[in-house]
Amino acid sequence: MTAVPASERPKVSLLYNPRVRTITYQTLLCAVIAFLAWSAINNAIENLRRAHIASGFEFWKFTSGFDISQALIDYSSTSTYGRAFWVGLINTLVVAGIGIVLATVVGFLAGIARLSKNWLLSHIAGGYVELVRNLPLLLQLLFWYNAVLKALPELRDSLTLPGGGFLNNRGLFLPDPIVQPGFEWVLGAFIIGLVGATAFRVWAGRRQERTGEQAPVAWVALGLIVGLPLIIYFLAGQPITLAYPQKGRFNISGGMELLPELVALLLGLVVYTGAFIAEVVRAGILAVAHGQTEAAYSLGLRPGPTLRLVVIPQAMRVIVPPLTSQYLNLTKNSSLAVFVGYPDLVQVFAGTVLNQTGQAVEVIAVTMAVYLTISLVTSLVMNWYNSRMALVER
Amino acid sequence: MTAADFKQPAFVRTLPTDALPPPASMTGAIGWARANLFSGPFNILMTVLVILLIVWVVPPLLKFLIIDATWSGTDREACLSSATRPEAGACWAFVRERLPYFIYGSYPIPQRWRVDIFFAMLAIGIAWLLWLRAPRRDLGALYFFIVLPVVSYILLKGWPLIGLANVDTSLWGGALVTIVVATVGIVVSLPVGILLALGRRSRMPAVKLFSVIYIEFVRGVPLITVLFMASVMLPLFVPDAWSPDKLLRALVGIAMFASAYMAEVVRAGLQAIPKGQYEGAMAVGLNYRHMMRLIILPQALKITIPNIVNTYIGLFKDTTLVSIVGMFDLLRTIESARIDPKWATPVTSATGYAVAAIFYFVFCYGMSRYARYTEARLAKSDRR
Repeated sequence: MTAVPASERPKVSLLYNPRVRTITYQTLLCAVIAFLAWSAINNAIENLRRAHIASGFEFWKFTSGFDISQALIDYSSTSTYGRAFWVGLINTLVVAGIGIVLATVVGFLAGIARLSKNWLLSHIAGGYVELVRNLPLLLQLLFWYNAVLKALPELRDSLTLPGGGFLNNRGLFLPDPIVQPGFEWVLGAFIIGLVGATAFRVWAGRRQERTGEQAPVAWVALGLIVGLPLIIYFLAGQPITLAYPQKGRFNISGGMELLPELVALLLGLVVYTGAFIAEVVRAGILAVAHGQTEAAYSLGLRPGPTLRLVVIPQAMRVIVPPLTSQYLNLTKNSSLAVFVGYPDLVQVFAGTVLNQTGQAVEVIAVTMAVYLTISLVTSLVMNWYNSRMALVER
Repeated sequence: MTAADFKQPAFVRTLPTDALPPPASMTGAIGWARANLFSGPFNILMTVLVILLIVWVVPPLLKFLIIDATWSGTDREACLSSATRPEAGACWAFVRERLPYFIYGSYPIPQRWRVDIFFAMLAIGIAWLLWLRAPRRDLGALYFFIVLPVVSYILLKGWPLIGLANVDTSLWGGALVTIVVATVGIVVSLPVGILLALGRRSRMPAVKLFSVIYIEFVRGVPLITVLFMASVMLPLFVPDAWSPDKLLRALVGIAMFASAYMAEVVRAGLQAIPKGQYEGAMAVGLNYRHMMRLIILPQALKITIPNIVNTYIGLFKDTTLVSIVGMFDLLRTIESARIDPKWATPVTSATGYAVAAIFYFVFCYGMSRYARYTEARLAKSDRR
């Protein structure tokens, strides 16, 4: 085949030249976006100047002048806006952290229950999932907060919980564990147990590959991680004491106080996200072909090991990516705290600080940057996990 | 000795007997219960626990919602518990009196027929599009996407020239706002989402970059912050004269948010189409536009219908958040009505939330049922 000389090729109009076209399109797009950005910035500067709103991040160091009902780091109304930001961020992370753990538990239980052979159980779980997934989270939050928690008895008639807690319309009061000297030994034992268990697992795995002999990894790990610290705990003279909440006439002192806002937010997020996780888990388990279970049985595996060694590892591959996006959803949905008044990042920073300073652009940008960072970090970790777990195909 | 010589002993049957019926304990209701409810100690325990749960939840709920409920009355006195009625149930009298507010918000009472016409037109449009054997569904699409938006805008907002008084959007409220926001979000997010998804898979680096940035940015932040942005930053970014009203800000926020999610849903569909379809379309000489419109998108959208509807359900639920920018959607009108001193009783909140729950559940569950039905119908074409 001989190459056609350039002079003999049919002349194509520039209009139909793909290269020219793509470059034109992209230049146009860039120009339009640049123009929009330019005019937006221009308008913003003009509008801000007219409203006498400062710009920049000087406000970060100004005194905030407002109180926050739940602060895990030192904070008072004389602290700075920057400090308020950190308080809000920590509160968001607290509610997201607790919520993720509880929602996972609820979701896995409900997802497995939905696949149960027990007709009643599977239909109750299905009813829960359908009902909760079809109602707005905000409605559920308001219901928990206004119709359930605010309708709880007054302080005088607090419900007493088993184990020394109280529940009333001012929140949930639980015994507070207080660490005494000597606890560091328990902590040390726990870390040693963790390291020891990991080492044992590696050793047992290598030995099994070499000789085929199995070692009771689960029992040894349980003994090292739970048993060892427990023994040390009693040897060290039980260095944790519980501070029980004391009910007075007008308030409850001591113990650990969970604000009703936090309880409502957690209830709402856990019940809502739990239903979504249940669907993820169900889909993941159903995605493992039934032949896998049958093959495992025919190899002589008992139901327990079949589930543990064959079904779950394959189901997790399907479950984990959507599960992470549910965790992210929960974190983002925790911003609905603003509707029940829990002092999270959005309520404190994008709410109160924004109203006081008026610096909308900076405050919203920082708030969004926080959530974006959380999302992007999670996505990166996820991608790494996925590339490790992905099926190696031919 | 041959087979014919063999004499059958008298005690051997010549014909097989009929099969015995299965044991009574394995069939009918008892058998079903044994297999499905009491198949082992663990299942028995679970069954008992679930029955206890049902007994604990359902009768009090029915008692609250129906048996003890107050059906008529003029103010809170009717719904309070009294000596003759120790336990007050749901206060339906409150809902009965406030229902117009839940539906129309503060829309001027003499003008409310306009909202009714809008609801009727919307219902006709939806039925026309969703009922598969409806006549002239192409006209239906034209009606839904062109005629309906223009007419409803004029109808709801007002046009003094033809005698319809202007109604400020800050007066709109209740189910009207919820439905307007959801409909606009649904109508806008699909085309924008498709464009963004195509942009993300484009070979032009600038187009791809902007699409990726937009999609990942919006999906990485909570809807509340997008609405905050639309409500406090949008007015900053446009000249003072064009400053959008609250409803428009909420609409922009919701549409931006839903489009990004829709883009990812559509992209998943585009990725699921085998490469051979693209190559086949190019081989028969279709250009990019025709390839997408005639070959790729019909297949991609078909397999994404369940996910598209799921996004719509999410969007419908998310409309509740527009109250953060000061719009009175259904949930917000219920919120403001339940603390009204005229009706404030211990049971008013729960009653109000029950109304909201029924409203949202009917719409969302209806959408998910329709999606399942469509999925099943379309799956028929894949069966061999």
